[in-house]
Amino acid sequence: MKQFRINVFKRASLCRNFEQYVFDGIKNRLFRFPIYLSAGQEYISATIAETMRVKNIQPNIFIQHRGHSTYLSNDAPVEMLVDELLGKESGCAYGMGGSASIHSKEKNIFGHDGLMGSQVPIAVGHCYSTQHPTIVHMGDASAEEDYVLGAMGWASTKKLPILFVVEDNNLSILTEKKVRRSWHMRDVAKAFNMRARDTTDDPVELGSHLQCLFDCGPMLLNVNTHRKYWHSGAGIDDENIFDRYQVEMDSLGEEAVQIHNHYKQKVEEIWQKQLEKQ
Amino acid sequence: MAKTVRETIKEITRQHLKGGSRCFGQCLTAVGWVGGTLPELYEEDGMVELSMADVAGGAIITGIALAGERPIYVVRYQGFQWYNSPTIINYAMKSKEIWKRPCPLLVRSIAMEGGIGPVAGSSHHSIYQRMPGVKIASPMTPKEYQDVYSQFMKEDEVYYISEHRKSYDNAEELSDTIHDVADITLFPISITRFAAEQAKEKLEKQGYKVNVCHVLWIKPFVLKPQWKVALENSKFGGIVLDDDYEEGAASSIAHRIMIETKSPVHTLGLRHRTAGFHPKVDNLPPSKDEIIKKILEMIKND
Repeated sequence: MKQFRINVFKRASLCRNFEQYVFDGIKNRLFRFPIYLSAGQEYISATIAETMRVKNIQPNIFIQHRGHSTYLSNDAPVEMLVDELLGKESGCAYGMGGSASIHSKEKNIFGHDGLMGSQVPIAVGHCYSTQHPTIVHMGDASAEEDYVLGAMGWASTKKLPILFVVEDNNLSILTEKKVRRSWHMRDVAKAFNMRARDTTDDPVELGSHLQCLFDCGPMLLNVNTHRKYWHSGAGIDDENIFDRYQVEMDSLGEEAVQIHNHYKQKVEEIWQKQLEKQ
Repeated sequence: MAKTVRETIKEITRQHLKGGSRCFGQCLTAVGWVGGTLPELYEEDGMVELSMADVAGGAIITGIALAGERPIYVVRYQGFQWYNSPTIINYAMKSKEIWKRPCPLLVRSIAMEGGIGPVAGSSHHSIYQRMPGVKIASPMTPKEYQDVYSQFMKEDEVYYISEHRKSYDNAEELSDTIHDVADITLFPISITRFAAEQAKEKLEKQGYKVNVCHVLWIKPFVLKPQWKVALENSKFGGIVLDDDYEEGAASSIAHRIMIETKSPVHTLGLRHRTAGFHPKVDNLPPSKDEIIKKILEMIKND
């Protein structure tokens, strides 16, 4: 189990250090468009990606706007994400995608267009056509979109091999979930005759819910997590917010610290190299 | 006996399914089989019923297109595009440009009028027309329909076919009428093409010369050289006729024609008000008589 946690930590460490570099870049006005940082939520995609690797499944992945960690956790090229954020044609979305609409053909990651939640019905249609294992990420706010719910119902009717992942940070920009709705995505999914779980982003707990996937119809995981930075841009809403990455690093000890330092250096080198090409 | 538009669409669909692609929509397998335009087939044959969630349906079909399946998507009332179109317009039509991932998709969008109220009726191709990444045609004849479909199968674009139920019985081809010198040139779209022909016939009996340039392609709209000459040789300019509101595709096309010709081009489409359900409050496409009235007013006011 420790090796699994270490492997997840490696993926999360790449994400965290990448986002930290971008956070500083936003402050230094390196970017000229909205950036949606996924720091704090990286344990979701890192855990799922590591589980897929262990199970030797190469799913189709439908990403949301806050998707840097989903992209990086699934081993898509770091350099191409850097170039995308720099607006270069060599970027992963050819300089068109910015932060919100990234994708990777080689890793079967499909881009998001900016309409909140549209990736969910699109993923359902794609999965219906291909019948291939599919994972779609959404936020707790985009989960409220009407077409998300309609598509989940159809996925259940058609018993599609799809995993719906709600990255539930409790916030739509700054509006809390309890202000927006009185219901829970788990209950909605169950009402659609779908397996559904509530979980934290603890890698062991989250990983335990990923053992029976794709063979028994769709499933929804509502993963409670925490957004470390602002909805968009570089700022901190709450200095004391729970940080899964830090908790795991503290728990895993010196090995994790070394991994963190390794990825910090690696990310800085990649950014410097790509910036020098400008 | 020549094939009708209805039989042509039915045959195209049958061949499309045989080729391994599928057809999607709501209530396809209902009693009328969408005005008799679908072969009586079911999901196992490729005729797939979506749920009644319109907004989700347009997005699900986008995902199916993204997978490369070349689906036909049937929207039984063109006014329902207000619910079906968001993801088709914002993902399927943009995917090729942003991610180099085409979403070839054929949208069959069906218009009808008369007693169906403020949402379902009329044509709504203008919703799509203002956005990039789509080709829009409004075939009213069997050959036109076949040609548009054949072109779709050769490309990897989103195609929007603006159909009209009143064309389904038509088995005749429509050809342009162009005089050396004319009083007026009509550019009719969709179902107005039949009314334009009737108006031309009546006015010509009264001694007027009326050109009719049948607009099949709404987007890209190309002003054919012979149309340009026809308009420039028309004493009182032209009129774009449409089954959609005038402040949409009709005005856009009229503007394009005027830029290219310097001739005045008017528009005549749906009146700028909401339709109700009772026949007294319908909002119908311009009829033969309304077209004639408009032409005679233009001549009188010149």
